[in-house]
Amino acid sequence: MINKNKIFKLKKDRRSFLKLTTTSMATIGSAFAVWPFIDSMNPSADVLALGIKEFDLSNIEEGFSKTFKWRGKPIFIKHRTKQEINEARKVNLSKLKDPQKDEDRVIKPEWLIVVGVCSHLGCIPLGQKKSDTRGDFNGWFCPCHGSHYDTSGRVRKGPAPKNLKVPKYKFINENKIKIG
Amino acid sequence: MAKKFKNKTLAWLDYRLPIFSVLREALVDHPTPRNLNYWWNFGSLAGIILVIMIVSGLLLSMHYVAHVDLAFDSVEHIMRDVNYGWLIRYIHSVGASMFFLIVYIHISRGLYYGSYKSPREVLWWLGIIIFLLMIAAAFLGYTLPWGQMSFWGATVITNLFSAIPLVGDSIVTWLWGGFSVDNPTLNRFYSLHFLIPFIIVGVVFLHIVALHKFGSNNPTGIDLTLKQEKIPFHPYYTIKDFFGFGVFFIIFGIFIFFLPNSLGHPVNYIPADPLVTPEHIVPEWYFLPFYAILRAIPFKLLGVLAMLGSILILFVLPWLDTCKVRSCRFRPIYKQFYWIFIFNFIVLGWVGSKVPEGHYLIISRICTAYYFVHFLIILPVLGMFEKTLPVPLNIFKNPRVKKKYK
Repeated sequence: MINKNKIFKLKKDRRSFLKLTTTSMATIGSAFAVWPFIDSMNPSADVLALGIKEFDLSNIEEGFSKTFKWRGKPIFIKHRTKQEINEARKVNLSKLKDPQKDEDRVIKPEWLIVVGVCSHLGCIPLGQKKSDTRGDFNGWFCPCHGSHYDTSGRVRKGPAPKNLKVPKYKFINENKIKIG
Repeated sequence: MAKKFKNKTLAWLDYRLPIFSVLREALVDHPTPRNLNYWWNFGSLAGIILVIMIVSGLLLSMHYVAHVDLAFDSVEHIMRDVNYGWLIRYIHSVGASMFFLIVYIHISRGLYYGSYKSPREVLWWLGIIIFLLMIAAAFLGYTLPWGQMSFWGATVITNLFSAIPLVGDSIVTWLWGGFSVDNPTLNRFYSLHFLIPFIIVGVVFLHIVALHKFGSNNPTGIDLTLKQEKIPFHPYYTIKDFFGFGVFFIIFGIFIFFLPNSLGHPVNYIPADPLVTPEHIVPEWYFLPFYAILRAIPFKLLGVLAMLGSILILFVLPWLDTCKVRSCRFRPIYKQFYWIFIFNFIVLGWVGSKVPEGHYLIISRICTAYYFVHFLIILPVLGMFEKTLPVPLNIFKNPRVKKKYK
């Protein structure tokens, strides 16, 4: 009788071992199989190829800004005046919501390049045109929920949690940048 | 059926919404004949490939554009730019072939073991309806890449309806939404191609409800009355079905990764041109037998009717086959006619791929005639005259079942 029970237990153990290994292999296999389906919804090669773009800065005068489209989003390119640069640099960092030095946000101080999408819920802040309202800090003002950005594109007031994003870019020459 | 669940939340929910007990009844407890062989795997295989087709199709639809100017390019976009787009498209196109292969085997199984006979006639009908829906879905889907074969296949098949007396031409114009296969046609074909799989899912559900009413037929074809003749579906048949999936995925994978275009036609990689018909128009392999029947008959309307009839005749098969014994195992003469029928069907497929001239035409006519003779003459007559072998009372008396089951 004892002997019989032992065999029964062995068989049971063996069965649960097989069950466990089979199930785990099937799960891992399915996970691998599902990945291509999920990945197919990521940006395709032609969309990624549009991610690199060159922009000419030569016709933006001091004190003016221009908006370009990159990856379906607006890129704000602002040719800052001396005064605007000073304003951005003398701010006490401890007063900022998302503390960041202006020096870390630009390559050349006169050129501020940011993605013009409010970090709150994705609206496009006003302030690109001379006639636009620019908020309390002379930068940008988001009309959706009232976030104020300064001349360095940093959030100063309102519900937005982060500064305007600085895209990855570099100067190809004096008047040309490459984003992406 | 009203078994209580150990988990209290589950028990509470199931008391109000009994899907769990219904699922358990269907997938776990369902008493299934213990003597099913591997030919019974093809039902679950058809189910899994249906799911794969729906999932891969859904993802393709996220990248495909149903417009005559963009359709072909959007398919190439899927092949080159979309992440794993090539894989998903090949899964879908090879999957269509695999779906038909599986369903042909599934139907052949039913024919061999007499699964269509009373009381499973409705189950059989639902199966034929699924098959017809599959044909529609496959045809519509093949149009979408908008290659030469897509375009001319769509033109030829929609023109079949012009065979209808009096209203034929108006119907064809209505189907096209214009005076030729064009953008409106492509748009509606895409819409319907998206719809049909979900109708298939619905009919599959009914197919399973009908199946579970009397349970699966079995290789002996006899009604199982003893409790010992059946075993619970889980784990015995779940594991067997999963094993079948594994084998199938290997074959499926070989085609997807190494022979993705072997089952299609290279002409379809040429964009559709409404002004030039390709030299040789042939449907995909799974339509060839029916295509051969269509071409075997030199009269337009009659040809179309014969082709339709060759499938619709399956609806009355349960009454054409007058023999009370289900399984081929105990019908020595029918068994031979069965294999002749299968051979005849394959030959039909073969001549369907050839130009209908000379001896190919003669072969296709002989095979077409035999196809109908099999159903309309051989089956009814055999039922009256065939001397069947003694049928066992239960599966344990079947000499093919090994002694250890006793």
